[in-house]
Amino acid sequence: MPRMSADANHRIRFKLNGRMVEADAEPRMLLTDFLRYNLAMTGTHVGCEHGVCGACTIEIDGVPARACLTLAVQADGADIRTIEGLAPAPGRLSVLQEAFRRHHALQCGFCTAGILLSLECYLRDNPSPDEATLRDYLGGHLCRCTGYVTIIAAALDAAERLRDANKDA
Amino acid sequence: MSKAGDKSWIGRSVERIEDLTLLAGRGRYIDDIGVPPGTLHAAILRSPHAHAEIRAINTEAARRARGVVAIITAAEVAKLSASLVVGVKAPIECWPIAVGRVRHVGEPVAVVVAGDRYLAEDALELIEVDYAPLPAIVDPLAALDPQLPPLHEGLSSNIASDRSFRYGDPQREFAEAARKVSVSIRYPRNSCTPIETYGIVAVYDPAEDAYDVLANFPGPFSLHPVMARALKVPGNRLRLRTPPDSGGSFGIKQGVFPYVVLMGVAARVAGRPVKWVEDRLEHLCASVSATNRVTKLEAAVDADGRVRALSFDQIEDVGAHIRAPEPATLYRMHGNLTGAYDIRHVAVRNRVVLTNKTPTGLNRGFGGPQMYYALERLMQRVAVELKLDPIDVIRCNLVPTNAFPYQTASGALLDSGDYTRALDVALADGGFAELKKRRDAARAQGRIYGIGCTAVVEPSVSNMGYITTVLTAEERRRAGAKNGAQATATVAFDPLGAVSVHTASAPQGQGHRTVLAQIVADAFGLAPNDIRTVSEIDTARDAWSIASGNYSSRFAAAVGGAAHLAAMRLKEKLARTAAAQLNVPPAEIEFAGGRVHARGNPDNSISFARLAATSHWSPGVVADDDQALRETVFWTPPELSPPTEADEVNSSLCHGFIFDFCGVEVDRVTGAVRVDKYVTMHDCGRVLHPGMVAGQITGGFAQGIGAALYEEFAYSPDGAFLAGTFADYLLPTSTEVPVPVILHVETPSPFTPLGAKGVGEGNCMSTPVCLANAVTDALGLDAIDLPMTPAKLAAHIHPAEQAPNRARGLS
Amino acid sequence: MKPARFDYLRAGTLAEAHATLAAEGEDARVLAGGQSLVPMLSMRMARPKVLIDIMHLPQLAKIESDVNTIHIGAGVRQAKLLAWPEIHERQPLLAAALPWVGHAQTRSRGTICGSVAHADPSAEIPLVLLALKGAIHLSSRQKQRRVSAIDFFTGMMSTARNDDELIEAVEAPCRAPGHGYAFREFGRRHGDFAIVACAAVAHADGVRLAIGGVADCPAVRDYPDLTGTALDDALDEFAWELDARDDLHATESFRRNLVRQLGRAAIEEARRCRA
Ligand code: FES
Ligand code: FES
Repeated sequence: MPRMSADANHRIRFKLNGRMVEADAEPRMLLTDFLRYNLAMTGTHVGCEHGVCGACTIEIDGVPARACLTLAVQADGADIRTIEGLAPAPGRLSVLQEAFRRHHALQCGFCTAGILLSLECYLRDNPSPDEATLRDYLGGHLCRCTGYVTIIAAALDAAERLRDANKDA
Repeated sequence: MSKAGDKSWIGRSVERIEDLTLLAGRGRYIDDIGVPPGTLHAAILRSPHAHAEIRAINTEAARRARGVVAIITAAEVAKLSASLVVGVKAPIECWPIAVGRVRHVGEPVAVVVAGDRYLAEDALELIEVDYAPLPAIVDPLAALDPQLPPLHEGLSSNIASDRSFRYGDPQREFAEAARKVSVSIRYPRNSCTPIETYGIVAVYDPAEDAYDVLANFPGPFSLHPVMARALKVPGNRLRLRTPPDSGGSFGIKQGVFPYVVLMGVAARVAGRPVKWVEDRLEHLCASVSATNRVTKLEAAVDADGRVRALSFDQIEDVGAHIRAPEPATLYRMHGNLTGAYDIRHVAVRNRVVLTNKTPTGLNRGFGGPQMYYALERLMQRVAVELKLDPIDVIRCNLVPTNAFPYQTASGALLDSGDYTRALDVALADGGFAELKKRRDAARAQGRIYGIGCTAVVEPSVSNMGYITTVLTAEERRRAGAKNGAQATATVAFDPLGAVSVHTASAPQGQGHRTVLAQIVADAFGLAPNDIRTVSEIDTARDAWSIASGNYSSRFAAAVGGAAHLAAMRLKEKLARTAAAQLNVPPAEIEFAGGRVHARGNPDNSISFARLAATSHWSPGVVADDDQALRETVFWTPPELSPPTEADEVNSSLCHGFIFDFCGVEVDRVTGAVRVDKYVTMHDCGRVLHPGMVAGQITGGFAQGIGAALYEEFAYSPDGAFLAGTFADYLLPTSTEVPVPVILHVETPSPFTPLGAKGVGEGNCMSTPVCLANAVTDALGLDAIDLPMTPAKLAAHIHPAEQAPNRARGLS
Repeated sequence: MKPARFDYLRAGTLAEAHATLAAEGEDARVLAGGQSLVPMLSMRMARPKVLIDIMHLPQLAKIESDVNTIHIGAGVRQAKLLAWPEIHERQPLLAAALPWVGHAQTRSRGTICGSVAHADPSAEIPLVLLALKGAIHLSSRQKQRRVSAIDFFTGMMSTARNDDELIEAVEAPCRAPGHGYAFREFGRRHGDFAIVACAAVAHADGVRLAIGGVADCPAVRDYPDLTGTALDDALDEFAWELDARDDLHATESFRRNLVRQLGRAAIEEARRCRA
């Protein structure tokens, strides 16, 4: 890949929620802005732009990542999942999303996309978390509305349901 | 249409209507909404100085920078707008941009409008500002010094308001009381920092001299006239709209309003729509802070712990400007200065000072955290100094159960409550006796463990007139009495008989749409999913009043109540129309399961949708008075009267009650506080949605943990801002927030249509001081200020340091 | 909060990275996980002309180990090292410290070498390398060199790396027989930068203690097998020598006290593990 000049736009391509997407960006463009403005995927939110709040967390190549700490150019060729890719179908929700709904694990919903993506990654590798490790893991996210109690409850509930579903499968 | 159950929807934790959208990432927050073609993006140059004269601003290079369309400085703002109205009688101005001098770090100095935010920020770097730094005033006590030069030319000192009040005969009570107990408090600055920041899209139409602004502004809409006057247009030429979703506010987003003016001017200068989204660094240093306050509070006490009188001396630091609605933080609790207690004699001195810090404004709890920190620390000191049980001190002072509605010494009318029962239930069901055993066992092992408790009255539904208590009775007479709390709701039927609801309360995560659907579904015998609620506000089209907005916990009590009234009005009309069709008296018409039928004869019925559509299709068969298409209700409670000549004010309509207790352990090595157990008892009147009430309590509790242990908008002595990132301003995370035990008793408010009271702010008032009472109990301290950081507490645990014995060492 | 302009080079070979570093010197910055660099770009505290992305060089993405040392390449993310099945066996101190580095959501992208390059005074990885007598492998177009950790961290966010050099890897010794290791940290919240962090290595002749979060860069002392008040005195001495300062999160005296108490706890635990 040749050196990309600061002043020009460059074509960025990656897989987003299972589909190849592409758009142009300057090298300095943050992935948050690229997703939101260039690809119109506004479900990924920006709360701090310095890597602390976790609102922008998405999945890049199978691991949770802060989109605000990532340049769009870095994402070229990556496999990315965002909140828009979680629900199995329009009007339906994933097991984790359903659990959030049941437990009132969101109020304003601004932190929620990041937390859901983070948990999706986590529960895949850790199907039986206990509350303490889950709290430790979610320490990488700020929610100002809920006090976290219902988020933890929803995550534990979702983990159990996912385990049961896997058992049946 | 789905079947409604027999039970009412109110009181059930139904799944939220909002969540399907939000969980799928399809929310429409301000930055997610399409903007008009050609919209430009703004970035703001901000002051690096706490206090400095602006000698010159050179924008030449910035104007030539790529993509730049306009640059706005004080010159343009002063030409095209007027100062924001200030809430005290003093000859001072308040601009949304620094005029002549900067008075706090982060104050806007210039706005660049460019093709995108990146380009706008590039150009910011090319603006040269010649500052002549001036000495900064940071400490509110220093601001009292009459020798220091005033920060605002119109003032003779930095005291913007100084009022004294007397209720009953505090002087006599202090002279006669057995004991006097006092506390001195420095309440710090903090903020509930919503995770979404401010955002605005401003459009100016020169043909009609009108502004159309989309902003995530939650109210109070009393600020709409302030914005309109600043933009020099009548109110009907400032069309203010809000997006459907907002990423939290906790009052803080009220502070977007000066930027509405600033971006309105920017759009006018640029000749194109302008969008601005605040970034987190801007938000932390310059959005809104709660006030910091220095309080000296003294009690005249009988030997048995009965408090006869209180004397407050409050010095309120509103920062660099008195920005509307300040000094409301100081007066919001004015009717409630005696908290949950029956204390008839109160003396108050309130001073408002200006310092070189960010201007203050709404922040969850709004004056409650500051006031209760003093009052409830005081109650604990009464117990300690008189060697009484703190619970007994609280109990013997509580407003008696048979006294409601109870008028406090300073004028609040406590609507309902049974404080003693709530206290007893909390102690029993919350396990207070076991907690004491836990403390004793921990102490026996040499651990540092303490118990705290606190009782709080949580006001909700603010009286629009309370802020005028800052004026003298004479000044109020001249200005005209202000009062009330107009709430509004509209319920409408469409030609298919479907029901829509609209209110002027912009939700910030409180699930308005769900609760309104529950309320209206109950009225019509429908299911919540049958009701469609629109949450945006548009001042050009919707019913609203200055009291509109989502603040002072007014939604459930006032707005939900108005929706209920609107629905009931339509229901009565429908019942009469149905009665004619079903040939029974209107009193025998019942609404259930999507049908309207005669009592005792479900077969004699008509579908709700058909009935609700009648006034569209066949108005001729409906009596004139019973036309039922759309009903807008404005509701204001008569109890919210203006302040009296004697300065008594019923500052809020409803008063919930909270009693909290907790056990904490302080780590001997690190000084860190671990909250071992926290019990919070609430009486918030009738509970409309238990899940949401629990969510409000837990969320407020978490913010209380933050204020108590982690958060401070700290400034250095020279006015530099020290909490400029989320790595410095520490919000509690899931590892810091324990699970509180939540308990309820219910005494419905007699003053609200549904009996509900506000519940969202109470733990921001009760939790910080409850934890402080526990920490002081643990460490045996007389006093502690927030936040209770490990370093602060460890200083009381670690032995005093010996200076190093350098001779012995290597160096 | 948007970065100023820069070029972006996704290095396809090490030589390409070296050449750009040689040509641009301090105007070039190496981009790995970006967890420290990108916020500095967004705040415009770093203003490079070109970013050299080294995350697509497979030779840098390796963890290699023999019985004596572990080599951690510049492309190795913190989460990958933490998940490496041999980490506890090979080097327990690294295993103990890694969970304290940021949060899972940043460890997933942040690299070991990136943290070393950033050299934050309270960062855990530099501290551990110092305690372990680890080393940093630097390379430029001209040469390769190995700098011991003690010589590498030179001050507040400053290191011995020359402008034309790339950190290719860091090296840590494996667990040595008869050695014991311990890590202690205190921060305001879990996942925050340390107010005080301690890494201790106990060996046959004594103990080595490194302290982070207090001075401009991590500091280390070697002690013979001190106990009782002799150890207290030594820790007190160390605490004062670190020149602690007051800041928003802690006072200098609080920091010294934590050095004494956590330092002692770390040493005692390291000794227990040695036994
Ligand atoms: S927006 Fe990325 S972590 Fe806050
Ligand atoms: S739900 Fe509002 S920030 Fe988490």
